[in-house]
Amino acid sequence: MMTETADTLEPSVEALPARLKRDMPLVPASSIAGRALIIVIAIMTFLAALTAGAAMLIAGASQGWRESVSREITVQVRPTPGRDLEAEAQKAADIVGAVPEVAEARVFTKAESEHLLEPWLGTGLDLGELPVPRLIVVKLKEGAPPPDLPALRKALVDKVPGVSLDDHRQWLARLGVMANTIVVVAAVIFALVIIAMAFAVAFATRGAMAGNREIIDVLHFVGAEDRYIASEFRRHFLRLGLEGGGLGAALAIATFMLAGAVSSWWAATPSGDQLEALFGSFLLNWRGYAVIAFIGASIGMVTGSMSRAIVFRHLHNLS
Amino acid sequence: MASQIVDLIGSADRSMVPPQLSAKVPQVVRFENVGLRYGMGAEILRDITFAIEPQSFQFLTGPSGAGKTTLLRLILLALKPTRGFIKLFERDVTTLRKGEITAIRRRIGVVFQDFRLLDHLTTYENVALPLRVMGRGETTYRAEVVELLRWVGLGERMHVLPPVLSGGEKQRAAIARALIVRPELLLADEPTGNVDPHLARRLLRLFIELHKSGTSVVIATHDLGLMDQFEGARRLVLGDGRLHIYD
Ligand SMILES: Nc1ncnc2c1ncn2[C@@H]1O[C@H](COP(=O)(O)OP(=O)(O)O)[C@@H](O)[C@H]1O
Ligand SMILES: [Mg+2]
Repeated sequence: MMTETADTLEPSVEALPARLKRDMPLVPASSIAGRALIIVIAIMTFLAALTAGAAMLIAGASQGWRESVSREITVQVRPTPGRDLEAEAQKAADIVGAVPEVAEARVFTKAESEHLLEPWLGTGLDLGELPVPRLIVVKLKEGAPPPDLPALRKALVDKVPGVSLDDHRQWLARLGVMANTIVVVAAVIFALVIIAMAFAVAFATRGAMAGNREIIDVLHFVGAEDRYIASEFRRHFLRLGLEGGGLGAALAIATFMLAGAVSSWWAATPSGDQLEALFGSFLLNWRGYAVIAFIGASIGMVTGSMSRAIVFRHLHNLS
Repeated sequence: MASQIVDLIGSADRSMVPPQLSAKVPQVVRFENVGLRYGMGAEILRDITFAIEPQSFQFLTGPSGAGKTTLLRLILLALKPTRGFIKLFERDVTTLRKGEITAIRRRIGVVFQDFRLLDHLTTYENVALPLRVMGRGETTYRAEVVELLRWVGLGERMHVLPPVLSGGEKQRAAIARALIVRPELLLADEPTGNVDPHLARRLLRLFIELHKSGTSVVIATHDLGLMDQFEGARRLVLGDGRLHIYD
């Protein structure tokens, strides 16, 4: 029972109670569908990071591929009646080799050419009688500007009949278009995943606001600014976003590490060679992992700021 | 700060400043021909005209359903009048921007009929809430809050969550939350509705002390016995949607 007011007026501030709870969040964590949102954000982050990682792998592989291929030119010398193919090929190689930008011009030997045709014609064939063209593989100097190809082509054709020169340009262009298409598709998927996640966060924020209507009212009456109330919501959603984003990014990083380990084990097998030639190894470099970690962290931050903005706008429109 | 509150409220010899009748004194609340209806219903309040002077004390009374709570909600800016003109602290409320509304609410303390304590916060945190939302650090107001809690007899109930408090304890926690900022205007809606007559008398004394310290007090009640305990108080009586004033 309370004693008379006047009796309790004695200033009696003793030591404060030790176990005084004083920093409970104003919006209770239990009022927000936290676990469901963390799972949604984790899955979305995982998908976004997977898409981004795959796009980086493909872009990297196609870049490496294009670089090595663009440093090569192939010269083909077709046999013409009445001429010594061997000598013609050597002549062409000498002409190409004289160009300053060329590092090396090597004529594929007859044996090498036969080896190249083996998959189609089978082994043990004597190709001596067949009119098989000879190839000259030309390697350009690294870092040097491309040589004047039309001039080179003209010089070759003038001196060696039945010669053709291929700088793989068409092929490179097609490869580039393919790689770019894949990267664009990945960017679209990434954007869609992020948009879907933004909607999930928006729904969760609205739900949390509706569920905490009474608390928001009381906060307004005791003199809280909209800004203050909005940051109370942000506290929760930032944490949920960081947890979900962190979980999703960690899963994605683990997935790429596993894929890298499996592919390097596979690389030891013969079929692995072809796979590696096509995609490089599945190893994401440290920048790739950093990008995934960055995606996870940004998703957490954006989740927090977004729900804060939604709450703020909603409160503003209320009045 | 806390001792100031307690000193001011507690000092019995502090002379009561008489209500000023001069128009120059800024009025706390001014209503002119205010009407209010909920949705398309009939007018609950009609042609309400009155003023609340600084450092005044009034009961707002009338039968249940007369519109007492509605009138308080108008003062709190929780409702917009359907017609008429309202001024708070000499400001036309229709011209207030969002930030100004917040500033005005910080000058008003409210005790809701249903308390509206936040159930997930301790009694201490509930009473500290108005200071916390102003952005003040917990260490700056701790002593103040604890002292007020002890003063209203809740010193032992600081850690407790509101659902565990009795009706009278909730009532006192709600009152402490309204007093902690030393408001210029205190609105209390049926503050003795949930307590026994003895505690009701003590709470009334508390409001009278607060009034003597300089706060304008408006107590909505239909408890005639309570009003009889402070004969000198002004009475605003609601009936049939109209307001009758007995000074
Ligand atoms: N939100 C509302 N919507 C519609 N009618 C309401 C609402 N609140 C109160 N009323 C009506 O307004 C009248 C006055 O209510 P109220 O102000 O609560 O009276 P009092 O506090 O004096 O008992 C009552 O008839 C009540 O039914
Ligand atoms: Mg009422």
